[in-house]
Amino acid sequence: MSPSTLIDREWTRYSTGERAARFLVYVAIVAAVVLSIRTVEVIPDFILDAPEQVVDLLKRMWPPDVASYPEEIHAALLDSLHIATVGTVLGVAMALPFGFLAARNVTPWPWLNWAARLVLISTRSINTLVFALFFVAVFGPGALAGTLAIAFHSIGFVGRLFSEALENASPGPIEALRAAGAPGASVISFGYWPQVVPAFWSLVLFRWDINVRESIVLGLVGAGGVGMALDNALNLFQWTRVAMILLAILGVVVAAEVAVTYIRKKII
Amino acid sequence: MATTADRLLSAHVVIRPANWPARFAWLAFAVYFAYAVSHLEITPARFIAGLDYGYKFLTKLFPPDFQRWELLLKGLKESLEIAIIASVLGLIISLPVSLLAARNLMPAWVTWPARLLMVVCRSFHPVIIAILFVKAVGFGALAGILALTVASLGFLGKLFTEAIEEISLKQVEAVRATGAPFMSVIAFGVAPQVFSRFIGFASYELDSNLRNSTMVGIVGAGGIGGTLFAAFQRFDYDFVCAIILSIIGMIIVGEVLTNAVKKVFRA
Repeated sequence: MSPSTLIDREWTRYSTGERAARFLVYVAIVAAVVLSIRTVEVIPDFILDAPEQVVDLLKRMWPPDVASYPEEIHAALLDSLHIATVGTVLGVAMALPFGFLAARNVTPWPWLNWAARLVLISTRSINTLVFALFFVAVFGPGALAGTLAIAFHSIGFVGRLFSEALENASPGPIEALRAAGAPGASVISFGYWPQVVPAFWSLVLFRWDINVRESIVLGLVGAGGVGMALDNALNLFQWTRVAMILLAILGVVVAAEVAVTYIRKKII
Repeated sequence: MATTADRLLSAHVVIRPANWPARFAWLAFAVYFAYAVSHLEITPARFIAGLDYGYKFLTKLFPPDFQRWELLLKGLKESLEIAIIASVLGLIISLPVSLLAARNLMPAWVTWPARLLMVVCRSFHPVIIAILFVKAVGFGALAGILALTVASLGFLGKLFTEAIEEISLKQVEAVRATGAPFMSVIAFGVAPQVFSRFIGFASYELDSNLRNSTMVGIVGAGGIGGTLFAAFQRFDYDFVCAIILSIIGMIIVGEVLTNAVKKVFRA
């Protein structure tokens, strides 16, 4: 090939197929957005009115009712934290077996992999609030329902990420253990576990952080915690109390995030 | 004198040395856990009493009742619309905010307010934000859209900011050295470096908005959640089952689609 043909040749970053695929995605996105905006049932007057209404609501919330914190909010907030922690522990305990079963290199039977994966996908797809509605119907209102809701929804998240960590484990140490005649439990505890332990702790901490936020909402459907106090205050239009609860939630959530970052640095 | 082999054989190998601080941490956590469980009144008796009821409940759920599929479809459609509009709005708002929050491009007095805004947006669960918007702008899809937009701003803003802070400044410098104005520096120095990661984050956010848009209806902010909550309160458990199955179906289809989009842009 002579240099001139190389220079004259048109160089493009993407092939025609890639460009067509991208174009198709763009068209699909624009079409979806346009269609959504045109068919969604929103009254235009409400949109124009929205900023004014939001400002009005914020005015009614000021100043926050600080006196209500020790009376009512503090205990409920602690309940939410307990729900989040106990729920995370139960969820992780239930997720680990499914994580091992879903990892293709640990469990060599495809039908078991798929069964475990089905459990992980379905628990992840059912929202914590839906689980909470279920468990409130079964166990009655209260913290037990909330804790179980948190635990069940956590199975999918923790199990999936844990099985991915297992599948990424290096096969070297595992083969060495098998060659030495180690039994299955030893292969897991000395071959896989040391390799996935940092990933395990980081995803447990991450899930706990998420669960703190979720445990706060659960009270809206009667599953315990500070959400119930929030629901009460909202139904009674006690806006200053609502503001205090929201501030307390903000404090707890930010504190949880800071704590998770600190612990992660310490132990990983 | 013992040979090396003898010494190796008689050596006491400590495979896992005792880690006392960790043991104390475990003990402390076990005590806390026991306290929390008893405080929350989680007792085996209550659990067992519930199991019986739970079994009856499960038999009522099945078979799912798809007879009111029109209502179901209407709710799903509204949830989908809420998710799409909120994702786009969240994307449009979080792009400039994340630029303002990037420490490598902006001075501290600009990044702090932007970061604070994102932390506040991220700290509240979308359903809680939805309650406030329902009180402010009334029942319906608008409250859901606004709530999920705020939530998207929190998450997308954080992810975008982190991506922008990880870029190489050499290209930014090069574009700046040509005398390019600020917008061109962003368009040619910053955007190409973060574009494909932004696509990944945006599709993740669309997924998460789709999940949450099926829930905001519980507090009256539009979508299938309202239908679900109403069915629950009317003890229409076979319709509840149908709704939940269709939500799972929609979420799985959404996940497959966003994965396909990510694949297109990874090339």
